[in-house]
Amino acid sequence: MEQLLAVLIDGIIYSSWLFIAAVGLTLIYGVMKIVNVTHGSFYALGAYAAASITGALLAKGMPPSLSYAVLLGSALLVSVIVAPLIERGILRFMYAKDEVVILLITYALFLILEDVIKMIWGVNPYFIAEPYGLLGSFDVLDLTYPYYNLILVGVAIACGAGLAWMLGSTRTGKLLVAVIHDTEVSRAMGINVDRMYLYTFTFGSLLAAIGGAFTAPTVSVVPALGVEVIVLSFAVVVIGGLGSLPGAALGAVMVGLVRSAAIHYLPQAELFVIYLVMAMVLAFRPRGLFSIAEARKI
Amino acid sequence: MHFANKLVIAMTAAAFAPAAPLAQEAPLKIGVVTFLSGPAASPFGVPARNAAEIMVEMLNGTKVPAPYAARGFGGAALQMQLVDESGPATTQVTEFRNLAQRDNVDMVIGYVSSGNCLAVAPVAEELKKLTVFFDCGTPRIFEEKSYKYVFRTASTATMDSVGAALYVKELKAGKIKSIAGVNQNYAWGQDSWVDFEASMKQLTPGVQVATSQMPKLFAGQYNAEISTVLGAKADVVHSSFWDGDLEAFILQAGPRGLFKRSTVILTTGETAMYKLAEHIPDGVVIGARGPYGPYAPDNELNRWFSKTFADRYGVPPNYAAYQMAQAILGTKAAWEKAQSANGGNRPSTDQVIAAFERLTFESPAGKVEMVIGAGHQAITETAYGVSKLVKGKMTVANVKRYPATMVNPPDGVKAADWIANGFKK
Repeated sequence: MEQLLAVLIDGIIYSSWLFIAAVGLTLIYGVMKIVNVTHGSFYALGAYAAASITGALLAKGMPPSLSYAVLLGSALLVSVIVAPLIERGILRFMYAKDEVVILLITYALFLILEDVIKMIWGVNPYFIAEPYGLLGSFDVLDLTYPYYNLILVGVAIACGAGLAWMLGSTRTGKLLVAVIHDTEVSRAMGINVDRMYLYTFTFGSLLAAIGGAFTAPTVSVVPALGVEVIVLSFAVVVIGGLGSLPGAALGAVMVGLVRSAAIHYLPQAELFVIYLVMAMVLAFRPRGLFSIAEARKI
Repeated sequence: MHFANKLVIAMTAAAFAPAAPLAQEAPLKIGVVTFLSGPAASPFGVPARNAAEIMVEMLNGTKVPAPYAARGFGGAALQMQLVDESGPATTQVTEFRNLAQRDNVDMVIGYVSSGNCLAVAPVAEELKKLTVFFDCGTPRIFEEKSYKYVFRTASTATMDSVGAALYVKELKAGKIKSIAGVNQNYAWGQDSWVDFEASMKQLTPGVQVATSQMPKLFAGQYNAEISTVLGAKADVVHSSFWDGDLEAFILQAGPRGLFKRSTVILTTGETAMYKLAEHIPDGVVIGARGPYGPYAPDNELNRWFSKTFADRYGVPPNYAAYQMAQAILGTKAAWEKAQSANGGNRPSTDQVIAAFERLTFESPAGKVEMVIGAGHQAITETAYGVSKLVKGKMTVANVKRYPATMVNPPDGVKAADWIANGFKK
């Protein structure tokens, strides 16, 4: 019973982290039809910005309780500066090209940003562990978990619910849904699709940066931080169906729980199970669990 | 003075100048391969590169204490060509070929990753290029094959695992009922755990393995693994994690109480002990992969090396830095022994290899003996201690040292067989 509970809790924590990291990827694909490899770079940029800004402010005497707000602010700062630069400066000239070409361009940008990160922050690790242990811990039977893990779950729920509310209940969200459904008709109806692309890329990148910022207190922030994340994020959104918000949520939960169960009951299979789930889903639903129906164009 | 007179004097001086030193003037090109990017750069690659830069500069400037006072290698200056070790093993094989065939380096010194060492060794043999591994730990390199052109000047993971087992047995006074492991899922992590598990079973018969976790290299998130180990309530937890994984593991395991519930061994803990001093509680078993860093002996070479390194880089050298210095000094010792045997003339690669085999040399970490792996694999003593924070500075306490022959298998015997046979000589 204790082990089953541990599987559930560990699975939920991991799913939350995965969802925060992956949801921006599915949003950008849904609207812009870009498989955005720079998502990993924004995750890393969020982590570095959070670690350096929070660390610097804590060193100057900032009350540690404010560090959670600073994590969020750091993610916002880095994505609002860098994402529009990339979208307006490079990507907008590529939209007419094939999806594979844009994929390669975002991969190239990912490699460039990796080096930019090294130029700015160097190769030495950054740590900001204070937010992780600040709130203390709670016990579940015989296991101890820091309350910080509940913040991760809360951030994941807030990201998912906020995104769903934005898409379903705001004017901008409804315009985005129209763009997701058909770009050409949206443009013909007077929607400023270019502006929608800019908003989407910035907001999707912000979600990745939030993932990195809230992961920073639990890891050593080092170069190549975004590599592992981008691979796992792709697995999650492919399972859920590229472009689907509920799909990303379900994909993250499936991967999180299956991985957690493997670690507890069959550790040898940990690496294998994530991709087993992906292969099984794709075998029966080649476009993922929540693939979006597309209107046939004649 | 007229130009003609100057010319005569210059020609006379040249004619009577000793021929041998001129013959030694051609510099030696050394390919140095270590992580310059990626998660392993900060704890391993960059300290190793820094050590290589210091050693090359100081050897060329004849500023290294005896017995390494001669310039460069046998009078020949050293030129270093750096290569980044990050990327898959296939990339490293390509980079090695580039160093050997395009850049025509005289030798290659490098490699932190066990996977890269396993991949590069056969290529070094194929290209007949003298190659010295400075850090990687898997014992499989010389157990599975024999190589003529490949040497390793640091001990294998077997020494770390056997030393750790001996230390915790003594620390816990033999009261160990169960052990658990959290190691990375590739050659280094697997070999480390296999040797530690086997050693513990030999030293404390009846010990149970509560769980063995093998997360992916650079996974970063270890909540589920930590839950499993916490739930297993093992007396001893062994981890050979390194780089950013080690640091993430310490940050995540600390608040969850793992260090309080079990005696945790971090076989490469020395690379993180200063950076994460406030996150490592007292009593964690800290390894340094040999007598390096806080375990280094008090000798002239060590005093010189640690001071020179700390003065230049502002931090003490960690074990990766020591191992790089050790590899360069070992190669220098072999080179100069071969040169001496060759009448003072530059030795051939075969002559250097003959001199390197079964060589004993001094390093900042003490005596290094190339006595296993048919004379191509080093053994050294090792040491373990437990973490202790003293006035905000991390130190090691309760240090125990283990002689080289106690923690390394004899020549020609596989580590697994040696351990299974009760460490018999």
